[in-house]
Amino acid sequence: MDREAIKNGLVRWFEGRYHIEPFKELLTKKEVPVHKHSVWYYFGGITLFLFIVQIITGILLLFYYKPTANTAFDSVKFIMTKVEFGWLIRSIHAWSANLMVLTVFIHMFSTFFLMAYRPPRELTWVSGVILFFLTLGTGFTGYLLPWNEVSFFATKVGTQIAGSVPAVGGFLRTILRGGEEVTDATLGRFFAFHVIALPLCIFLILGLHLAFVQLQGMSSPLSLKDKKEKKSIPFLPNFLLRDILAWTIALGILASLAVYLPAELGKKVDPFAPTPIGIKPEWYFLWMFQALKIIPSKILIFDGEVVGILGFGVMGMSLLILPFIDIWSRKEKRSLVFTFLGVFMLFFIIGMTIWGLLD
Amino acid sequence: MARKKFLKCIFWVFGVIFFSRLSFCAEIKDSCLGCHKALDDKALSAPANFSANDMHVKIGISCADCHGGDPSSDDISVAMDAAKGFIGRPGKADIPKLCAKCHSDSGYMKRYNPNIPTDQLSKYEVSQHGILNAQGDKKTAVCTSCHNAHNILSVNNPASPTYALNVPDTCARCHSDKEYMEEYGIPTNQIDDYKESVHGQALLVKGDRSSASCKHCHGNHDAGLPRAIYVGNICSQCHALTYDLFSKSPHKAAHDKLGIPECEVCHGNHKIMKPTDDMLGVGKDGVCLRCHDSASAGFKTASLIKDSIDDLKREITQAKELILKSERLGVEVEDALFDIDEADNSLTKARAYIHSFSAKEVNLVADEGKSLARKAKEFVQKSIDNFNYRRKWYIFVILIIFVFSSALYARIKILERTNRR
Repeated sequence: MDREAIKNGLVRWFEGRYHIEPFKELLTKKEVPVHKHSVWYYFGGITLFLFIVQIITGILLLFYYKPTANTAFDSVKFIMTKVEFGWLIRSIHAWSANLMVLTVFIHMFSTFFLMAYRPPRELTWVSGVILFFLTLGTGFTGYLLPWNEVSFFATKVGTQIAGSVPAVGGFLRTILRGGEEVTDATLGRFFAFHVIALPLCIFLILGLHLAFVQLQGMSSPLSLKDKKEKKSIPFLPNFLLRDILAWTIALGILASLAVYLPAELGKKVDPFAPTPIGIKPEWYFLWMFQALKIIPSKILIFDGEVVGILGFGVMGMSLLILPFIDIWSRKEKRSLVFTFLGVFMLFFIIGMTIWGLLD
Repeated sequence: MARKKFLKCIFWVFGVIFFSRLSFCAEIKDSCLGCHKALDDKALSAPANFSANDMHVKIGISCADCHGGDPSSDDISVAMDAAKGFIGRPGKADIPKLCAKCHSDSGYMKRYNPNIPTDQLSKYEVSQHGILNAQGDKKTAVCTSCHNAHNILSVNNPASPTYALNVPDTCARCHSDKEYMEEYGIPTNQIDDYKESVHGQALLVKGDRSSASCKHCHGNHDAGLPRAIYVGNICSQCHALTYDLFSKSPHKAAHDKLGIPECEVCHGNHKIMKPTDDMLGVGKDGVCLRCHDSASAGFKTASLIKDSIDDLKREITQAKELILKSERLGVEVEDALFDIDEADNSLTKARAYIHSFSAKEVNLVADEGKSLARKAKEFVQKSIDNFNYRRKWYIFVILIIFVFSSALYARIKILERTNRR
């Protein structure tokens, strides 16, 4: 029996039981636009690949990780020193997390500048921004889990900043910490958020996000709007093969980083020690941390830190509802204001991150 | 009817409680306290205001037990009648014997505490304080100087002047008072020196109650000046190994012959600082040079001992740096940590063995430590090599990824060329 016969046999088997005709048609007839900006399409796929890596390595780490203040550090140490390939699994998990945040940033900014959020893809954008927030949340909660000095104090500083949010700050900090201080209770709830709550939310929103993309297809840039002849390639198998190539390259980069720059175990935390000088959050929060650091303590009559936090809040909210506030996008036009804001934000984030790293 | 019975019952219960309290009050009637508390003169009223923690009050010892008289009478002429044993305020010189009435009576003291010593008076009589007291010195310390006359607290009570942490300050009340001590011609800087010493820091800063204070070397009830020749015996109470090594060393006979102190020569007395390795060898802080000139055998031994200790320290430091680096990488170091702990113990032991003043003996102990430190280093190095080995076989993985990517890329190109046609 040749390959084609097996394939046809399987298709017939499913067709006899389920109504798969619409899916078959969607996949076989789906076309992906080809243009000079096509490269940005792959970052969504790479993010998905890294998320799958996170799930698999996360499950493997869960076999040995013990989420209590007394056992967390030692269990990670055990994973890295005693478990066969434990060091590789942890290293891949840590690097994949960092790369995933990076690709989410790239995917979001590319979508922003290509204005892919314009109608009818508003909800694809909104679900994407929610996924961006969930990714940052998963990174933040996962960072504490090794319970080493850097992660402990970075969480202490991070939750302290959350406590400065006007009106709900104290409540928010208590909810995050599970009390007044970063303790065993904090570790417990960060663990629950990291392995259950946030991944579950990501699965749900990601399902919607992918469904929107499949149903509406990829967006073409505004610059192609007036072109009569639009190039495209079939999703199956051409684009999928290109996607797999991108995933393979991502895997190569991930493996190289995990082997040559493995995630370190760090120093076991002493919760009663003072916060070490120069403690910094993960690189993807560094721009916010640095901005809050340099903001004046008083802006007019307001507390500088509170103004900064409110500013980030407004920024996040604007990002979420962008398709509804960028009225030009509805007319298929580029808004100079939003483009300028986007460029400014990109340079602000990169600049502040570099400043924070050098500071 | 039932109500009447109930009221009767209540009446009897309260009646019994009331009268029993009355009889209790009658039992503890003490006219001394009653009158003295009411006096305007604080010197007379203050002693009557006892702390609830006073050891004597706790077991029912009253004023009359020391001062005599009849506390059951409200009549001052009866209560303070000399015929009834009233002695008033005892003279300072008589206090030791007054306290000893009970405290030297082992039969009596056993009623309250079977473990309490009863030799305080005999010890006091041979102490420097006791000798001066016998000579009629009015300024010398008696029991009340350290324990207070009233409100005498247990030695385990942190508020007591004899509590371990308070002993230096209690001695300092007299011994740091230049004017008070002038006529005795002894220095008054001992307590200040002690507070800077390793013992003082351990006791007063770290709160280590087992650390030596004045009483450990000078005694408490038998307080006196330790004779130079016996200093080693005093230090050896805690520093047994070092003194044992010293006793077997050639220094013992030399010190005995010259009649010079033992430990004190190098470490001092009140201001004993934490010993450093700089005290060894022939450097500017080396204590050996105080007696040994550069031509002597002692000079050479001092230099060899210092080299042994320095070598061991270097090996341990190198091993620890490697362990720290490896730990951060997440490399297995448990066995190395165990060995390095043992090497640290060897360093402590080698430092104690300095008191044998034998380069050979110090070297033997130091060699044990060095081999442990090297073992730890080798173990960690092996783990690091293993860690680096991973990088080598990784090249095959990346080769597979590269071949797969290339094949995939070629497949895509072929597919797209076919599509275009």
